[in-house]
Amino acid sequence: MSTILVYSERETLALELLTGARDIASARGASLAVALLGEGAAGRADACFQHGAETAYVAAGSALEDFQTDTAADALAQIARQADADVVLVGSTRRGRVLAPRLAQKLEAGCVTDAGSLTVQEGQLVTTRLALGGNTLKEEVVTSPRGVIAVAAGVFEAAPGGTGSGSVEEISPDLPPARARTVERQAKESGAANIEEAERLVCIGRGVGSQEDLPVIEALAAALGGAVAGTRPLAYEYEWLPEDSMIGISGKSVRPQLYVAIGLSGQIQHTVSVRDSKVIVAINKDKSAPIFEMADYGIVGDLYEIVPLLTEALGRGD
Amino acid sequence: MHIVVCMKQVIDLQQLRIRPETREPVLDGLPLMLGEFEKNALEAAVQFKEANAASKVTVLAGGSAKLTDTIKEALAMGADEAVLLIDPAFEGADAGGSARLLAVAIEKLGDVDLVLLGEGSDDEYSGQVPSRLAELLGLPQITYARELEVLDGGRVRGVQDLEDVLETVEADLPALVSVTSELNEPRLPPLTAILKAASKPVQQWSAADLGVSEETVGAGAAEVEVLSNLAPEQSRKGVIYEDVEEGVTELVKALRQEGVLDG
Repeated sequence: MSTILVYSERETLALELLTGARDIASARGASLAVALLGEGAAGRADACFQHGAETAYVAAGSALEDFQTDTAADALAQIARQADADVVLVGSTRRGRVLAPRLAQKLEAGCVTDAGSLTVQEGQLVTTRLALGGNTLKEEVVTSPRGVIAVAAGVFEAAPGGTGSGSVEEISPDLPPARARTVERQAKESGAANIEEAERLVCIGRGVGSQEDLPVIEALAAALGGAVAGTRPLAYEYEWLPEDSMIGISGKSVRPQLYVAIGLSGQIQHTVSVRDSKVIVAINKDKSAPIFEMADYGIVGDLYEIVPLLTEALGRGD
Repeated sequence: MHIVVCMKQVIDLQQLRIRPETREPVLDGLPLMLGEFEKNALEAAVQFKEANAASKVTVLAGGSAKLTDTIKEALAMGADEAVLLIDPAFEGADAGGSARLLAVAIEKLGDVDLVLLGEGSDDEYSGQVPSRLAELLGLPQITYARELEVLDGGRVRGVQDLEDVLETVEADLPALVSVTSELNEPRLPPLTAILKAASKPVQQWSAADLGVSEETVGAGAAEVEVLSNLAPEQSRKGVIYEDVEEGVTELVKALRQEGVLDG
């Protein structure tokens, strides 16, 4: 009997993956297990059982408290072998997309990172991910006996299910001395809202001419009940916005209900990170800006004229 | 200290076109270039050498026969020498195959203290090769480095750029570090450097030179099968207004109908 093993250092993502893996496990006649690492790991087992995990492998050793890719991959490889897992699903956070291939190499397994979907087709696990700089969608299947797949946040929605109970297996992985250690951890300067959780996002690009103009944008975000995000130039190079509100390949990926792109042209490094938004709106003075090609709705014109009108119209409730 | 920078030859994605009737990407005839993320890695290596923190910078790159041309930019940027991995047997490799090939080449180079790569390649951006290579070489790794320095006592210190946190990590050398584009601004080599680059040593290693084959590092060893690779079907509505007043009114109406303004 095969086993699907789930791991993410982000608890909510682990629950999403368990929810998605439930269907896959039943389609494949596999059992479902979760790996929990670090101090307090055992305390997270119940939530996992409520989301379908039948077994929780808990490695609570202090060696795993300082997350190093090498050590975490080592522990997970030992758990995967003990659980006889043929599929390991890892949350594709920035940590996870580095961890997954190291784990795959230890298991001599094929690997896919940043999977934007995961389905069973004719008994095979089929993934999709963006390729060629985001221009194409690659459909792939891992052909090695074991596979490690890093699945993006938001692919599955967490929902309780399964029997609601399971068994805890305590694991003491055999870990070599760490050759890397974290000496400092500093939270990024953060904005008022977490843009990954906002249902409505207003994202600005270089078309916004000055930092003094931000209140105009913030007013629109407030009228929408949403948050303000920015492209790399605004959130990193100019530092007009807190860095944790940067959307793009070197920032965050989002999939809100509504994404409003203002004064940004739609370069692929940005758009790959928003393309799963439910509704995309573009406001740009350049009619030929690529962002219009991926928009549901667009207005061509001066953002300084459009944004206040839009804010007012939303406020009026008309 | 000997630094090896792994670079990938990629197509110029800015010039990529999609065949509308089949949604297939048109890859033939596109210019080839070095990946942007790897240039950040190379820039870091060259800066270490200029600061006397490194004694030698070797560029290790895989690609087509045209790589002998593409690699000149890396030599002009300041790499001391280049090793090119060119062989039809390497074609169709997946991330695991690419990592195994690089690992064999690095072992052949010997005496390597620091391996630098980009956090992902410009084309695939799967980010697998650095982690797989670190595992194959048995090295500790620092990832998403946006700051990097070489410390006394055979260590390297990097600042890892995660979603909400910056993490300073120290690793014992030898180590592997993958870097982000925030690390530095890769230099544009001056003409004198470009001319000088022509005389720098360039070695070319084939599958036979490395004792590998299509079955161990190429298509025959792939663990992931590509079922299709097409431009996504466009499912967006594409309603564009050129009259501002009308646009605002209609947009608000449409957003209400979509039900995305509440909740």
